[in-house]
Amino acid sequence: MVWTQTSVSVKTAAATPNRWDLVALPLVVGLLALAAVGGHQMAAPLASLDAPAVSLDPWNLPDYALRSTLRMLAAMAASLLFTFTYATLAAKSRRAGMVLIPVLDVLQSVPVLGYISFTVVFFLSLFPGSVLGAECAAIFAIFTSQAWNMTFSVYQSLRSVPRDLDEAATSFRFSGWQRFWRLEAPFAMPGLVWNMMMSMSGGWFFVVASEAITVGDRTVTLPGIGSYLAEAIAQKNLGAVGWAVLAMLAVILLYDQFLFRPLVAWADKFRVEQTGAQEAPESWVLRLFQRTRVCRALLAPVEVLLGRLAWLRLSPLSSLAAALPPALQRRVAGPPSPALERTLDRVWYAVVAAAALALGWTMLRFIAGGAGWGDVGTVLLLGAATLLRVMVLIAIASLVWVPLGVLIGLRPRLAEMVQPLAQFLAAFPANLLFPVAVVTILRFDLNPDVWLSPLMILGTQWYILFNVIAGTSAFPGDLKEAASSFRIRGWQWWRDVMLPGVFPYYLTGAVTAAGGSWNASIVAEAVRWGDAEVTAHGLGSYIAQATAAGDYPRIVLGIAVMSLFVTLLNRLLWRPLYGYAERRLRLA
Amino acid sequence: MMMQNSPLFELHGVRQAYRKPSGPPYVVLDGVDLTLRDGEIVGLLGRSGSGKSTLLRIVAGLAQPTSGQVLHHGAPVAGPTDGVAMVFQSFALFPWLTVEENVLAGLKALRVPANEAAARAEEAIDLIGLSGFESAYPKELSGGMRQRVGFARALVVHPEILLMDEPFSALDVLTAETLRTDLLDLWMERKLPTRSILMVTHNIEEAVLMCDRILVFASNPGRVAAEIRVDIPHPRNRLAPDFRELVDDIYGRMTARKPLSAPPTTPVGTTGRPRPVYAEPLQQVSTNLLSGLMETLAAPPYQGKADLPHLAAALRHEIDDLFPIAETLQMLGFAEVAEGDIRLTEPGRLFAEAGMDDRKALFAEHLVHFVPLAAHIDAALAERTDHRVPYAPFARELEAFMSEAYAEETLNAVTGWARYAELFTHDREAGVFCRGEAE
Repeated sequence: MVWTQTSVSVKTAAATPNRWDLVALPLVVGLLALAAVGGHQMAAPLASLDAPAVSLDPWNLPDYALRSTLRMLAAMAASLLFTFTYATLAAKSRRAGMVLIPVLDVLQSVPVLGYISFTVVFFLSLFPGSVLGAECAAIFAIFTSQAWNMTFSVYQSLRSVPRDLDEAATSFRFSGWQRFWRLEAPFAMPGLVWNMMMSMSGGWFFVVASEAITVGDRTVTLPGIGSYLAEAIAQKNLGAVGWAVLAMLAVILLYDQFLFRPLVAWADKFRVEQTGAQEAPESWVLRLFQRTRVCRALLAPVEVLLGRLAWLRLSPLSSLAAALPPALQRRVAGPPSPALERTLDRVWYAVVAAAALALGWTMLRFIAGGAGWGDVGTVLLLGAATLLRVMVLIAIASLVWVPLGVLIGLRPRLAEMVQPLAQFLAAFPANLLFPVAVVTILRFDLNPDVWLSPLMILGTQWYILFNVIAGTSAFPGDLKEAASSFRIRGWQWWRDVMLPGVFPYYLTGAVTAAGGSWNASIVAEAVRWGDAEVTAHGLGSYIAQATAAGDYPRIVLGIAVMSLFVTLLNRLLWRPLYGYAERRLRLA
Repeated sequence: MMMQNSPLFELHGVRQAYRKPSGPPYVVLDGVDLTLRDGEIVGLLGRSGSGKSTLLRIVAGLAQPTSGQVLHHGAPVAGPTDGVAMVFQSFALFPWLTVEENVLAGLKALRVPANEAAARAEEAIDLIGLSGFESAYPKELSGGMRQRVGFARALVVHPEILLMDEPFSALDVLTAETLRTDLLDLWMERKLPTRSILMVTHNIEEAVLMCDRILVFASNPGRVAAEIRVDIPHPRNRLAPDFRELVDDIYGRMTARKPLSAPPTTPVGTTGRPRPVYAEPLQQVSTNLLSGLMETLAAPPYQGKADLPHLAAALRHEIDDLFPIAETLQMLGFAEVAEGDIRLTEPGRLFAEAGMDDRKALFAEHLVHFVPLAAHIDAALAERTDHRVPYAPFARELEAFMSEAYAEETLNAVTGWARYAELFTHDREAGVFCRGEAE
């Protein structure tokens, strides 16, 4: 299993100085607000888009599934492009890193569906009268659910390239391009692939959510599984919901077998440890390709070409420097003076601060234009309600899944069977099952403030389960033997032996689950079935309703507050816990 | 050294076997008898894979034998028993507990009242030389100090029998020696709250230094090959003639021609066919080690012949390191091992003197001649026009006659040697054996 690796951005405590967050939050949300304002104005004169009708005939589902998958792939390609440029820039330039990393930290705390509220109008106006704009908006939303953790992973890898390998590359005088493709990219690969898998797993949720979106008077429907589901909900057709669930199951299975397992098995060769892994990941598809001579022969020229490309001595800067007169060359090549560095730093700080102030001011004015202080109070209260929901749900899920995960993890056979299932359930977009819950709530007239809450954690609780299973499976056998030999049992066994051992893994699962729950709150706190709407009080439903009403100032306010809550939760809870786990609980 | 009273612990006819998904079970231990008496240190000496650690775990109650009797004071044992505590090779300390909490863990499990537990913990910590480290976490300690915590944790429960699983093998030479003498001093001064010690080791000198009785284990399946009493009085001097003589004697027993090459794991395969000659387990030994040992033996002071204990000491190799190299050289016809001595053969001498290309040619010749599996794969390759044969059938064939792990090691061993000899190579991605570049 490859899922056991932990690489969550919350762990990059050292890389993110706190004061920069003050700057990053207005930067991100302010820019998004600008995009929304601009897009809104540009699109104002345009007529509403002709939504292509979605048919509930199950025979259309393969086609819809294909389209959803293509969106996912396009978003993944965009995420990779973004990851490599952004992470490289942040890792290579100290000054860029100072801003980019906190910005990334905020970017990932902005709810994914918040991005779509902002950007859908902007993208629609880019391609007036064509579905391309709507496609771009959906792809962008999926992109925002995938890119951040991948970027963090690559950034961390780039910053931690082993010193000896780095020195070897320097002594062979690799150019920047060669160093990147021959050393840094391969080194970052296992972490990147693992994070891609996590991203994909979370991504299906947003594929479903972003295909049928209403912003104000504008309804965008893109043919896909998500819009099929939306149509099924509108027509109150539970059978069609069932078909959508089936189609999704098939898609995820195929995706896993044909894309991810091969990728993971392939990426295993980039692992730096020289000793063989205990259990190398396997993929029958990859094996097929590697063992079929025709495929090998077909792929060989591509391989050669890529190899040549990676060995190019591309380094525009050094060839530019070579063209300079010798006196200047020395100055360029020599280390810059400390005084100059300090001055440059100050100028840089000033520029960043000014940009943050300006954007922050824009954001405030924009919010103030449509919402008053009363709204701020309300939103904070609603945020607290959603926070309470998230924490209670995580606590309940932990109480259930930690003991179960440990018991499963202690039985290797069982763990082997349950682990893929848990991962599959984590990838399955829980919003496909929301209609079932809504029908139940309506039927029994349940209190939505309580009974809508479980939906938030429906899809994300599995992260806790499979991380705990992984942690238990990785628990050292000699410690288990020692505990058993000294006859440590019962509560003492849980407290002194097992819980501390799985805690770091549990934490990774809980952080992922909590993040996912915040995101899910936007769709889970306000759900529909036909004309009936069931709403819980919370920040998620506030944003959902503001989006449906096209009320931009309130969207911005809601999203800013949610980002704030998520960031604070990361800072004040998860990061200290990670620090503790790292200091105390790491198995040497 | 003490009166022979009733045994503390007895094993009779213990057998441990693991069922394989197909084929006959894989036998780890067979027909083992063991008696532990008051006041003695007993050593289980053998190579890795001889089942001695499994035996220790059976005594600890961590594993149940497939068949045979396990008696503690005459009563059958099921699960971890009172009065038995274990020291682990890897220390097995809980990294999130301090030294004191680690030591207390075993007492808490016994529900010893807090005051008494604290007093006993302090006593154990003092005894083992850990005072001042009580509040440290294992991570903050050196390997030697960590293993002292391991000892304190075991001794604090006042075990009747102390079990030690290669307790010094993860430590450097100096630290290991300090810990050994400290432990022996405490034992001789009767300061340990323990009546008997059972230890697993693969270090012959360690066994002779510490034990009153040594059980020498043979592999495949693990069984007691010899029982040796050590009557040298403590403190023992490693350089004394009687000590050296005993060490030489054990080396001789362990390198005797017969128990060396593993006896057939299974005489008849799953298919009921007789075992083919090539289905013989091999040990993975790097060709660097092989040529290194040949060069060392050819050069002064050895001039082609060496005493194994002497060689082991000079090279700082323990038997687990040295024996496989020596045996592989013997199998390949480059050396002869007997009575604790190793002697280069004529080809071995030639090899040591030759240059790179001649060495490879000579090695290839011996590989095909003396290792049936290499010849078998080589012949299969020669039959195919494309010089590629699938890997899996060979693995399956071997697995019919040995455990999966042995089959893999055997194939890895052959591949490593064949690569050096430039005979053939294993393309993992394609899953085939194939000829190298030179076609």
